[in-house]
Amino acid sequence: MDFTRRQFLKLSGAVAATIAVVELGFDDKKARAKSKDFKIAELKPTSTICPYCSVGCGILVYSKDNDVIYSEGDPDHPINEGTLCSKGTTVRQVYTSEKRITKPMYRAPGSNKWKEVDWDWALDKVAQNIKETRDRTFVHKENGVIVNRTDAIAYLGGAALDNEECHLLHKLFRAGLGLTYIEHQARI
Amino acid sequence: MTNHWNDLQYADVLMVIGANPAENHPISFRWISKAIEKGAKLISVDPRYTRTSQMANTYAQLRSGTDIAFIGGMINYILENELYHKEYVSAYTNASYIVDDQYSFKDGIFNGYDEKTRKYDKKQWGFKKDKEDKIIKDPTLKDPRCVFQLMKKHYSRYDIDTVVGVTGTDKETYKEICKAYASTGEVGKAGTILYAMGGTQHTVGTQNIRSYAILQLLLGNIGIAGGGVNALRGESNVQGSTDFGLLYHNVPGYMEVPTDADVTYQGFLDRITPKSGYLTNKPKFYTSMLKSFYGDNATKQNEFGYHFMPKLGAGKDYSYIRLFDAMYRKEFEGLMMFGANPVVGGPHASQSIKSLANLKWMVSIDLFETETSSFWKKEAGSDPASVQTEVIFLPACSSYEKEGSVTNSGRWMQYRWQAIKPKGESKADLEIVHMLARRLKELYKNSPNPSDMSLKALTWNYGESDHPDIDLVCREINGYDMKTKQQIKSFGDLKDDGSTSSGCWIYCGFYPENENLAKRRDNTNEGMSNFLNWSYAWPANRRILYNRASSDLNGKAWSKDRVGIVWNSVEGKWKGNDIPDFAATKGPDDPTFIDPFIMIAGGKGALFAGINEGPFPEHYEPYENPISNAFSSVQLNPAVQFGEKATNAKGDVSKYPIVATTYRVSEHWQSGSMTRNVPWLAELVPHMYIEISEELAKEKGIAYKDRIIVSSARGEIEAYALITKRFKPYKLKDKTVHHIGMPWHFGYNGIATGATANVLTPNIGDANTTIPEFKAFLCDIRRAK
Ligand code: SF4
Repeated sequence: MDFTRRQFLKLSGAVAATIAVVELGFDDKKARAKSKDFKIAELKPTSTICPYCSVGCGILVYSKDNDVIYSEGDPDHPINEGTLCSKGTTVRQVYTSEKRITKPMYRAPGSNKWKEVDWDWALDKVAQNIKETRDRTFVHKENGVIVNRTDAIAYLGGAALDNEECHLLHKLFRAGLGLTYIEHQARI
Repeated sequence: MTNHWNDLQYADVLMVIGANPAENHPISFRWISKAIEKGAKLISVDPRYTRTSQMANTYAQLRSGTDIAFIGGMINYILENELYHKEYVSAYTNASYIVDDQYSFKDGIFNGYDEKTRKYDKKQWGFKKDKEDKIIKDPTLKDPRCVFQLMKKHYSRYDIDTVVGVTGTDKETYKEICKAYASTGEVGKAGTILYAMGGTQHTVGTQNIRSYAILQLLLGNIGIAGGGVNALRGESNVQGSTDFGLLYHNVPGYMEVPTDADVTYQGFLDRITPKSGYLTNKPKFYTSMLKSFYGDNATKQNEFGYHFMPKLGAGKDYSYIRLFDAMYRKEFEGLMMFGANPVVGGPHASQSIKSLANLKWMVSIDLFETETSSFWKKEAGSDPASVQTEVIFLPACSSYEKEGSVTNSGRWMQYRWQAIKPKGESKADLEIVHMLARRLKELYKNSPNPSDMSLKALTWNYGESDHPDIDLVCREINGYDMKTKQQIKSFGDLKDDGSTSSGCWIYCGFYPENENLAKRRDNTNEGMSNFLNWSYAWPANRRILYNRASSDLNGKAWSKDRVGIVWNSVEGKWKGNDIPDFAATKGPDDPTFIDPFIMIAGGKGALFAGINEGPFPEHYEPYENPISNAFSSVQLNPAVQFGEKATNAKGDVSKYPIVATTYRVSEHWQSGSMTRNVPWLAELVPHMYIEISEELAKEKGIAYKDRIIVSSARGEIEAYALITKRFKPYKLKDKTVHHIGMPWHFGYNGIATGATANVLTPNIGDANTTIPEFKAFLCDIRRAK
């Protein structure tokens, strides 16, 4: 059964024929014949890495349309070899949790509630806030030395982001905007 | 980690100190178990009997904040009994270097100390040099002024009785651990040290880790399979986010940030480039990085765009605690947070909430509403009407709703593919930063202002749509030839003349011309479980750092069971189970043939190294402590800096007699936003609790599940009492102290809610890193009613 899974994973985009069989512990052969009927059999697994701790376990996520149906430890992954801890096991619910925020929100000064806003408005507002503060506080030269910095905007975060995101965040906020207060979880 | 997760199976002895992998890195424990199955011994050193302790052969109780005493005693034991790896110590470390005559140590203070600034002049801890400016050495290690002898003298004060009187460890257990761990100093044996935040989150955090490294160097445990100094990192990509310079003092690849004292690029490079060792190449890495930021706008004429970069105020500390100090003093207006929840995760949390109200605006980019994003709410203890901060929340999507790579603790850069479209209107952070950058560039497009040239010069070529092309980002990180646009094969090919570009030199090589190697999924084990064709490990796909030390002086493996790389004299190159840490053809004729520590000038492991509080780790008590220092009359690390007085309250033992620490549980993660909002995990650990010993419970008349109040000089919290055998009173030299502990994951938002432990923790940091002292503070407890 492992063979089927592994072979399957190498054919990216193929349809999982026997995944459900393995997971549900049914008789392999009988179930294989019927596998079309299983919900999960139609699904495409996608390989990902656990978003929680830094062991970096491999996870397969099975999704369909707008839903994540199932996830399991990646049997091919050399570190976890198919196993996961409580957090990795629950990764599906990071998507399905009703607590997810799905629209940008705005809280006006003094207000006691959020208001949903659209992306364009929110991003324009963020860009304007940055520009307004930056323009007022930016130091181009100090004592004759070009310093190109603002100490009035801080940046925090990044330990859960992708490398590519960290690169662009660093590039924009330090190299582009001149922030000095740049920190993230490695310090705490 | 110098090594990686699968490698743990090759250890003979594993010492876990300041970490709890069975609980917090559960799957890593498979490889620890494998080592145990093969006969390895596991030692667990922790204030509390943890899940890791339960699996260990030996458990040692250690009062929070006394690691240096504990390890110092082990160093003493090893030196006194000559149990160190003699060849390794003599040839691969700086043990033989003769130290400058000025060096001295008296009653807790090294030479060169200035009381007023609480700083040392580190230049006074140099080595003696001959007429040709070469360091004088004594390979016999007998000269009384050589590092080895000075170290021996320094740690001779760490005798077992003094040590256990400070740490509270049972004496027999301590001796047993000294003996078991010292056994790895035998040629061919391997011992590994695993640590996490229990090591770093102290006023002496950096010296704690240095003490582990010294122990490992003495025993010949670095560079070999089953060895190393291994930091178990907490978040999936805290390795990567650090590699990419998201800390005020580093740009990508652990290079320096210029200050206003660095008026020219050349002067700056001269300051940051060492005279020997691999980092003599730094100018190539730095210039290539500037090219990745500013492209063709970085020219020889404008010092490769050096002045586009912000320069820090020389000597100013911009680290996390200081950032919140500045916020308290209303020194800044805006805060951008990409997945951060400081009012749960930062020290002195109740103060952080108040300081946030001093902001003009704040932007929170996250999956869930965090305690920080809604700090203005009544539930946070704020009065919304009086909080004038404008708050914008942008919904981010999760890791499998987008694609990109993360770097695990073993430095494996692993790709994650997209499984589903982002939920609702949420977006990838990559997309958010891209859309924001495009807007900002548009806003500044026509500015003639010299202040805005950096942003105008910044290249942002990731496609014209709102959705950036991640492949272009990956290619930029790796780097390319500016003329041909061909990808660079390795960081050895980077140039300092502006002809190459590379966003992060330590990653250069992960994306040669046609393949992003982070996507590799070949799990063939070609030897020593290094999985060289699975993903990509920085630097240069090396799996064990300093692997030259896996072989003896002639290039022969110390142990046939632990072959890292070996010198093949017939083929004239290094071969084996890993990628050599240097040019594979470097043979015995090369004077650096026996220099494994390529990143250090001189190539030798640093037993003696100038960091802020001295060349040898010395025990000082935590900021808040229950006893006076047994090793000197200096109570607190003399190089620790104090920040904003108003946010720095200190508790005294007379009022707060109990030692407290914080930790994590398997079912929650960090500040909890990604676990307390997930139904199953919230259900598994739904409540905040405080672990107290049976003895303390009896003394205070507290029963299991009673609501109790824990107070510190910063504030108080209420939670359930969990009475446990896992904590025991500490029998120190002159008195017995109680020790309690609690998880720090909770806050008022989400499905599972509870009091925030960091309301109690102090706003003081390590003397080198300013990492807060979360792990050792004083408190008192009482029943809630
Ligand atoms: S499954 Fe558990 S051990 Fe593995 S990476 Fe995720 S949180 Fe860490």
